[in-house]
Amino acid sequence: MTSKKVKVATVSLAGCFGCHMSFLDLDERLVDLVEHVQFDRSPLTDIEHCSDDCDIGLIEGGVCNSENVHVLREFRKNCKILVAVGACAINGGLPAMRNHISLEDCLNEAYMDGIGIENPQIPNDIELPLLLDKVYPLHEVVKIDYFLPGCPPSADVFWAFLTDLLAGREPELPYELIHFD
Amino acid sequence: MHNYILQIAQENDFQSTRLLKILHAIQKRYFYIPDNAIEVLAEQLQLPRTHIQNVVAFYSFFHTQSSGKYTILISDSITDLMLGKSDLMSYFEQKLKVDIGSVRADGLVSLNNTSCTGMCDQGPAGLVNGYALTHLTKPRIDQIVNYVNRETPLAQWDSDLFRVDDNIVKPDLLLNEKPLHGHAITSTLTRGLSETLAEIELSGLRGRGGAGYTTAWKWKFCREENATQRYIICNADEGEPGTFKDRVLLNSYADSVFEGMTVAAAIVGATQGFLYLRGEYVHLLDKLEAVLEARRVSNLLGSNILQNGFDFDIEICLGAGAYICGEESALIESLEGKAGIPRNRPPYPVTQGYLGKPTVVNNVETYVAAANIAVHGGAWFADKGTSKSKGTKILSISGDCKARGIYEYAFGTTVKTILADCGAIDVLGVQVGGPSGVFISNDEFERKIAFEDLATGGSFIIFNHTRSILDVVHNFSHFFAHESCGFCTPCRVGTSLLKKQVDKIVEGHGSAGDIVALEELCQVIKNYSHCGLGQTAANPVLSSLERYPEIYQAMLKKISYEPGFDLDKSLETARRMANRDDAAAHLAQVEN
Repeated sequence: MTSKKVKVATVSLAGCFGCHMSFLDLDERLVDLVEHVQFDRSPLTDIEHCSDDCDIGLIEGGVCNSENVHVLREFRKNCKILVAVGACAINGGLPAMRNHISLEDCLNEAYMDGIGIENPQIPNDIELPLLLDKVYPLHEVVKIDYFLPGCPPSADVFWAFLTDLLAGREPELPYELIHFD
Repeated sequence: MHNYILQIAQENDFQSTRLLKILHAIQKRYFYIPDNAIEVLAEQLQLPRTHIQNVVAFYSFFHTQSSGKYTILISDSITDLMLGKSDLMSYFEQKLKVDIGSVRADGLVSLNNTSCTGMCDQGPAGLVNGYALTHLTKPRIDQIVNYVNRETPLAQWDSDLFRVDDNIVKPDLLLNEKPLHGHAITSTLTRGLSETLAEIELSGLRGRGGAGYTTAWKWKFCREENATQRYIICNADEGEPGTFKDRVLLNSYADSVFEGMTVAAAIVGATQGFLYLRGEYVHLLDKLEAVLEARRVSNLLGSNILQNGFDFDIEICLGAGAYICGEESALIESLEGKAGIPRNRPPYPVTQGYLGKPTVVNNVETYVAAANIAVHGGAWFADKGTSKSKGTKILSISGDCKARGIYEYAFGTTVKTILADCGAIDVLGVQVGGPSGVFISNDEFERKIAFEDLATGGSFIIFNHTRSILDVVHNFSHFFAHESCGFCTPCRVGTSLLKKQVDKIVEGHGSAGDIVALEELCQVIKNYSHCGLGQTAANPVLSSLERYPEIYQAMLKKISYEPGFDLDKSLETARRMANRDDAAAHLAQVEN
């Protein structure tokens, strides 16, 4: 492994942070990891934007609104290797269950006609990102280099993948790590 | 309704194998399959309700909600598109005042697309309540719209709308023979069963559906199985887009088809046969039933056939719009009253077929050939063709040529000869064997129709230089995604992803990585699918990528990546509902 630390950025888009929690399950291996890795933009560091020389971007969650698109593009622009992490990033996952219902019906149910709604109105502050008609997987919006399956991917998956990359090997996930029954 | 369902169930002896027949009857009366009909049927046939729901959902022609008194389906085959289907469809939509895929507000009529209806030589074609409409034009559509709006019963429509021509352009060995009325059966019985089987082996006859298994071996294996009951099935589920020769054989040579089945029954020792007719050919049903009845009267079917002590009869079963049922094990499942999902093979149908009994499944054309071989002997047939492909092949020729229709050729005939015969000029390429076959370019016209070169079930679609390869690939990938039976993931998900990826490139959103992704996807579908449908679904993409990589390259953008959908448009609903149009309420398709 090289002496210069590899820069890793992470983010959760339309996800639940479950993949990030699973990443933390690396436990004591995190100590080994930070020997070689420096975290850039990430919920772990609270850095707001990627620096322009990130090596690896780990992205959890699918793309459900315009802000997700902007963040995803920022990652694509600044990370040499972009990784879709977990079921939602790869397929849209749980948030994509709304894809079977029109966005209009979703918004009406949530803000206009639903039970117990007072002062019904569609939120329209310009600070709020607008929802896309559907929740999209990452690779339908930008080019993705690697996919880590799982809901969430286990800590061992992160470990196998990152140690392979850090050692300059083509990452390979053994079958035991990616079968789920 | 309860009484009607009861009556239908009773007419069918409460047999669950007759489920499709029963559902056809119910739908004919109510224009859909009502929920309570399913309840009653489940009780009467002693089937789980979910089984019946599964069958209804599986077949395209069954609906759980009313599709109107008039259900109009227009063939979306590439051959119909080439004849101007798209314009006519919009015209239809506008005249009928109904959106494609929906039922008109008054509930009277619905309009939708359907897979190839087997009228490629006389399209654009369609179906109204299952009955074939041909030669569609704007005036004919006006006529149809009038009938619909006046609620004229189908029987009173101008019969010319339903005219189906044979269009036999070039007959040879088989098509020059007259339909057989017992001659093949008497020849078989006089010569002896084993001796006739030997003649069929000598003829070198191989299955005409496309796979080309030696017919005599199939019959022999079935005959040698230790069983008390065996079955003969004729596969008339001619669903491969661009194929229509079985329709012509059933229309004008039905006696020979049934005679071939009877010969097969005598040889293997079967007493029951089935003709599985694709739902799109329901217009042939009454005629075929009449042929069967006449044969019973002449003692060519029934008990003690021609006083020779063997019994055999044939029942016609109607499919309901599922391409996959052309696969023999899916067809058998369908005959048993189930969804047409291919079985694991082995065991093959010759050992465990219909109801687990030894079963011979052959194509319509194979039976016609076998019947004539029984009359004339094996050498008569083997004289024609090549060493590995004996006899002749009947082709359904459509697309860009002067004379579309049925052509019979000795195996070994070159594509070049065929193109000259049918008057095709300025040819870009030919799709041989339908979407699951191969697209050959104009560098390959010396290739031959034969199992060892271009194997085909008979579909032969010609494209001239005004056509775009990508339109063809686009149409075929949509076809497979629609027809996947949904049983295995590589095919169910794979064909949908393939359709999406092809759309992305065809619509101009593709970039360099997208072709690589497309190829990878093709390999997964091809190598991991359960049956022939999935294993061939990527052929249109693979064979065109191999021959015309530059056409794909030309569609690609010079950027590294672009989404396959319109990003800004996907914000439209949210923009409208939030009443916003500020800069932050928009997205650029590609980042600046």
